[in-house]
Amino acid sequence: MAVKIVDEKCKGCTKCVKSCPFSAISMNGRLAVIGESCSRCGVCVKECPFGAIEVIEEEKKAIDLSSYKGVWVFAEQREEHLMNVTMELLLEGKKLAKDIGTKVCAILCGEHVESLVGQLFSYGVDKVYLADHKELKNYRTDAYTKVIYEAILTYKPEIVLLGATHIGRDLGPCLAVRCNTGLTADCTKLEIDPEDKKLKQTRPAFGGSLMATIVCPNHRPQMATVRPGVMDKAEYVKGKEGELIRLNVHFEEGDIRTKLIRIVKTAGEIASLTDAEIIVSGGMGLGSPQGFDLIKKLAKKIGGTIGASRACVDAGWIEHSHQIGQTGTTVRPKLYFACGISGAIQHLAGMQDSDNIVAINKNESAPIFEVADYGIVGDLFEVIPAIIEELEKQ
Amino acid sequence: MGIKMRIIVCVKQVPDTNEVKIDPVKGTLIRAGVPCILNPDDANALEAALKIKDEIPSTTIAVLTMGLPQAQIMLKECLSMGADEAYLLSDRAFGGADTCATSTTLAYGIKKIGQADIIFTGRQAIDGDTAQVGPQTAQRLNIPFVTYVQDIKLKDDCIQVRRQMEDGYEVLEVQMPCLLTAVKELNEPRYMSIYNIMSIEEKPITVWNHEDIELDPDNCGLKASPTQVLRSFTPSSKGKGEMLYGTAQESAKTLIAKMNEKHML
Repeated sequence: MAVKIVDEKCKGCTKCVKSCPFSAISMNGRLAVIGESCSRCGVCVKECPFGAIEVIEEEKKAIDLSSYKGVWVFAEQREEHLMNVTMELLLEGKKLAKDIGTKVCAILCGEHVESLVGQLFSYGVDKVYLADHKELKNYRTDAYTKVIYEAILTYKPEIVLLGATHIGRDLGPCLAVRCNTGLTADCTKLEIDPEDKKLKQTRPAFGGSLMATIVCPNHRPQMATVRPGVMDKAEYVKGKEGELIRLNVHFEEGDIRTKLIRIVKTAGEIASLTDAEIIVSGGMGLGSPQGFDLIKKLAKKIGGTIGASRACVDAGWIEHSHQIGQTGTTVRPKLYFACGISGAIQHLAGMQDSDNIVAINKNESAPIFEVADYGIVGDLFEVIPAIIEELEKQ
Repeated sequence: MGIKMRIIVCVKQVPDTNEVKIDPVKGTLIRAGVPCILNPDDANALEAALKIKDEIPSTTIAVLTMGLPQAQIMLKECLSMGADEAYLLSDRAFGGADTCATSTTLAYGIKKIGQADIIFTGRQAIDGDTAQVGPQTAQRLNIPFVTYVQDIKLKDDCIQVRRQMEDGYEVLEVQMPCLLTAVKELNEPRYMSIYNIMSIEEKPITVWNHEDIELDPDNCGLKASPTQVLRSFTPSSKGKGEMLYGTAQESAKTLIAKMNEKHML
């Protein structure tokens, strides 16, 4: 695909220059010119009032992609426990597999993790590829890449999904290069094109202010990492069975070039944020670190977990583990209280899919009100105590 | 560590996404007046290299970027922070690259610069947030890498790093040469120094195209990108809800009544 300016039609209005998310268009006199940073997103095509911008489809090389079958999910485990994102990927993988008419499989790496195989079947996996080896006990890039790459080469899945965790975002890029295929990072939506059965991967860019749908048309497998907490989890149905395939794993001297010395756990709060049904979040409107005392009071009253905007974390008012947004944690609770949060795009990207959002802010034009179900314009130091008081009456 | 160290830092010029705003009527990004900056994580990557140079003054630091000619401004900033050499990979053929093709181009650039003991990159760039280019570049160079590095200790025969995890960190040892991707917590990037700004003229920026780095034009840019952008759009907001007016007490009362009605609590 390429985007081209039709010189005869261009009137030099500069609308396309302003619309381009990548600053790829410049003016050469009264003629728009598309530069190197063009990503072929096509935003300018719609913007041009004169139809002077065209998308040209390039001829595609015919590669036989039909030998690749099945949707694979990287079943991420830590300390013999499946990560929540694994179950989210399984449900998503099942939907995709159904739309293509294929099976959903899990690839599981670890040491003594056979007990997880049954769990994966119960979550609806048709086939589990198991790599059980002492070198796979804890994640290390080289070890996991080698094993999974070899499995991909042998069994040829058409789609491979990984959680966009610190592990998935380390493993995914490495696998993609080894397999000579594309990888789409941090997807928030996956769907199968009903016509050509290809995977359409949607992800946020520019801190969540732009969404892009990405395809990998001529390479296999199609690979994506998926943001944890964005999708629903697969249902656990006891007693389900499937097929188990044990992978032949062996390592040679020099295969693994990093040594894990130790694992240190410092915070346990992130898990509770993604799992929380109610979150009470504070922003710069709190005025000082002490403002979080009021947030805590409300959270305690309604059984909520504490969240925060990036600005508060950057200001050192609260730990990073509380941060919600594009660079923090993505949450989807039943109820989200945004107190004194203006609603920067980065923040909205991490919470706007909450079932219900209540926003309290002094500024009536704060963007947070655009996504709120209920908005109260007012001083949070008056409104929150009034809410607590009202709750106590019940 | 008495030996002379050679470090390459990969950097990217990005629009300051904190400044990017949405046109509420058209639903498109407003880019006018948005400054281009050195990607924040890359500043941490450069600082990590500079810290090693502080310790071992014989260390040489080269900064490398792929981008438009205007990226030279950012490279000058890097030189002013204390880098010794700067390289810009700029060519029409590099345009439209996804992370896969970008990593190939960077790997060829690194090979052309010459052997490095450590390659630093930022964890991710704020325009794309993919965190893929660092690991993919390492994979193409066939060297080990560690992502999310928040602490570095040089040892005699290896580097000990702390790798940030969601709920803590891992301590790893990695052989050199290796690639490390830096997170914000690694350090506090220094400012440009007057001395370095003054000596910029003595540090020319080398600009290379695909021929200079001996990279086949079919193996870079759009042609070598497995992924394609099908379309892009601004995220839809779910629609404005209900505004509750009145005194704090009145609006609190209405809110609780409505929440009870919808079984939110």
